[in-house]
Amino acid sequence: MHSLFQAWHELCLGKAITLPSTDMKFIYDEMRDADGGVRTSYKNFANWLESTSLEVLARKRREADLAFHRVGITFAVYGEDNSGPERLIPFDIVPRIIGAHEWRQIEAGLRQRVKALNAFLHDVYHDQNIIKADRIPAQQILGNTQYRKEMLGVNVPGNIYAHIAGIDLVRAGEGEYYVLEDNLRTPSGVSYMLEDRKMMMRLFPELFSRQAIAPVEHYPDLLLDNLRSVAPDNESYPNVVVMTPGQFNSAYFEHAFLAQQMGVELVEGSDLFVHDDTVFMRTTHGPRRVHVIYRRIDDDFLDPLAFRKDSALGVPGLFSAYRAGRVTLANAVGTGIADDKAMYMHVPEMIRFYCDEEPILSNVPTHDLSKSQDLQYVLEHLSELVVKEVHGSGGYGMLVGPAASKEEIRLFREKIIAEPARYIAQPTLALSTCPTFVESGIAPRHIDLRPFVLSGKDITMVPGGLTRVALKDGSLVVNSSQGGGTKDTWVLEN
Amino acid sequence: MLSSTADHLFWMARSMERAENTARMLDVTYRMSLLKHSMDVFNEWRAMLSISGLHEEYETRYSEVTPTNVMHFMTLDEKNPGSIFSSINKARENARAVRGAITSEMWEALNHTWLEMRERQAQGISEDGISDFFEWVKERSHLSRGITYGTLLQDEAFHFLRLGTFLERADNTARILDVKYHVLLPSLADVGGAVDYYQWSALLRSVSSFEAYRKTYRDVITPMRVAELLVLRADMPRSLAACMQEVDRLVQQINGPRSGELSRCCGLLQAELRFGTVDGIFEKGLHEYLNEFLERIYELGDLINTTYFWPTDE
Repeated sequence: MHSLFQAWHELCLGKAITLPSTDMKFIYDEMRDADGGVRTSYKNFANWLESTSLEVLARKRREADLAFHRVGITFAVYGEDNSGPERLIPFDIVPRIIGAHEWRQIEAGLRQRVKALNAFLHDVYHDQNIIKADRIPAQQILGNTQYRKEMLGVNVPGNIYAHIAGIDLVRAGEGEYYVLEDNLRTPSGVSYMLEDRKMMMRLFPELFSRQAIAPVEHYPDLLLDNLRSVAPDNESYPNVVVMTPGQFNSAYFEHAFLAQQMGVELVEGSDLFVHDDTVFMRTTHGPRRVHVIYRRIDDDFLDPLAFRKDSALGVPGLFSAYRAGRVTLANAVGTGIADDKAMYMHVPEMIRFYCDEEPILSNVPTHDLSKSQDLQYVLEHLSELVVKEVHGSGGYGMLVGPAASKEEIRLFREKIIAEPARYIAQPTLALSTCPTFVESGIAPRHIDLRPFVLSGKDITMVPGGLTRVALKDGSLVVNSSQGGGTKDTWVLEN
Repeated sequence: MLSSTADHLFWMARSMERAENTARMLDVTYRMSLLKHSMDVFNEWRAMLSISGLHEEYETRYSEVTPTNVMHFMTLDEKNPGSIFSSINKARENARAVRGAITSEMWEALNHTWLEMRERQAQGISEDGISDFFEWVKERSHLSRGITYGTLLQDEAFHFLRLGTFLERADNTARILDVKYHVLLPSLADVGGAVDYYQWSALLRSVSSFEAYRKTYRDVITPMRVAELLVLRADMPRSLAACMQEVDRLVQQINGPRSGELSRCCGLLQAELRFGTVDGIFEKGLHEYLNEFLERIYELGDLINTTYFWPTDE
């Protein structure tokens, strides 16, 4: 669950600066408007909530905890000795609700964005038209560590690279949506989306009969169809497998869950071997060919012959079979170039260039410090901005202006001046909140949303996605493995 | 099916079966020790260790053989790979590795067993809780097996699970039957006496065969008949013959491309049990017979391993 919580870390550290509680009224609340009235999408739920006692809610919440423990929906935590190797991700029983109309807008925006990102990936590994057209500086793409030269000229089925994309959205200001980041490598968290829904239906069946809530349970079917649609050689019964680094990976639960839900094998590198540029898995009845690998393992570890030599997780010869078009990897190798922070600010331009449309979903306004004008502005407003290192992750190499001391700002200013192109800057957003069950009762907590967009023959997705909630109040630094919880996400059907 | 998946399934079932039989074995030892028939009251506990093949492991960490020590060693000791605690942990870890190949009910039950095992370990087992603990282990094992029967598609996963169950059970019944040999040795004078009767009946009860014995023979308990019941009778669910009949059938059903030698060895052992006589067994000596049987079970395990789990060539 590395990337899931890495994003959280940044979300909580960098952008979801919790304003002092007196300023709460400036923050968009999902359930109530500025005058305290209940928003339309929450009307039904609010009525129900009013008629339900806190004791009942507390009991249901304990029931949920127990059930999750029993089902074993846990994630592994590295380097923590005090709480054992497996922990639960807290589940909040107050759902996040999105109106039908609102979702249609989001969905259109997501389709457009993912289409452009796939077109961009095909382009940068083939003709590089976007560079020739001077829309993105060549250096920012070709000089990027995420650019995989090995992929130049490699053709992938349907020209699809990001078969599964997790696009992180936040709401700020008056409730407008922003894309916080694109996750095009191995985005995780979809198992929580599915389990949260199952849990809500088990705990509060009455809520689902009160109104039409769009189903999400068919996600594994969509995923399998999607993976089959990109099989090599037009194979009519392609053998799809899920590849995991192993049961000590923090997202292992999800890998096993998805394999089981799709009814396909969950494999590790040692289960596979390559012969004549063809991938096989070892079975009790001898070798069997593998056509599509939904891999939840990073590029670097895929094949010790092509990438990291010390990888014990990979399959020797896999990349050669891939280049020969004998096996499909989902996601493709080299997608990191499109979800890199330096590329993020160019996504609106990609949409204009490849789709000839204006972006439906906005980016968080981002200052490109390689431009002198932006640099000038940022240096003057450091105390209001969040500055991030382009290739940094997990909140390292980051300045959170409003939370930083004068000395920290001074030191960071020197770093920026020395190498401006290494940084981008963004305003501090006041993220929207959603009522959340906490120790003291129900209180507003910051949330975001990760819809999962599938690209194959078509672009498909289930309505909603995974809503993550920052459970700690007023804390700027939320430990990634302690502060993040999840909520069921409802998209209303009318 | 993936070779590695088959391996995990086999060991998942095997470990749970081992947990159950360890509880059965401890139960019979405990019951026998309550009789205090011999001068050396700890004799049974020493026998328990040597039968499980865990003597050396035990001696590295415990200074003397006492009921309390052996009981702890065999139930809650996480450092003993053969303890009930370790067996349940192993069953659960194997299940965790193949969650995709088993039903969610199977996983939930096993995970629940593991969580409760941890709680019970933290609390410890009191003297008056011993029987309750063994009952609990047996029930959880019955539950696991029942859920497997009731929910899992009868495909290869099912076959490998059952293969693990019956191979382990064959091994364990043979060991349980051997308990009596070890316990009896120093006091041959007791043969035919009241103590002897109670020991045999405790042994029968530990493998849930006391009622079956009564129904089958309607007569006093004799060693020959106990041996016949637990070795040769294919209609006794825990007998060697019943286990091997099942193992043989499963091996035929799985029938992988390289299973020739495995098939042959299973068929041979199964035929010997089917056509063997109790006189033949006692001619050789029951203890010697059981020892040879255990060796052959071990070899079968090895063959299953090289045929299905770790094939050498591709």
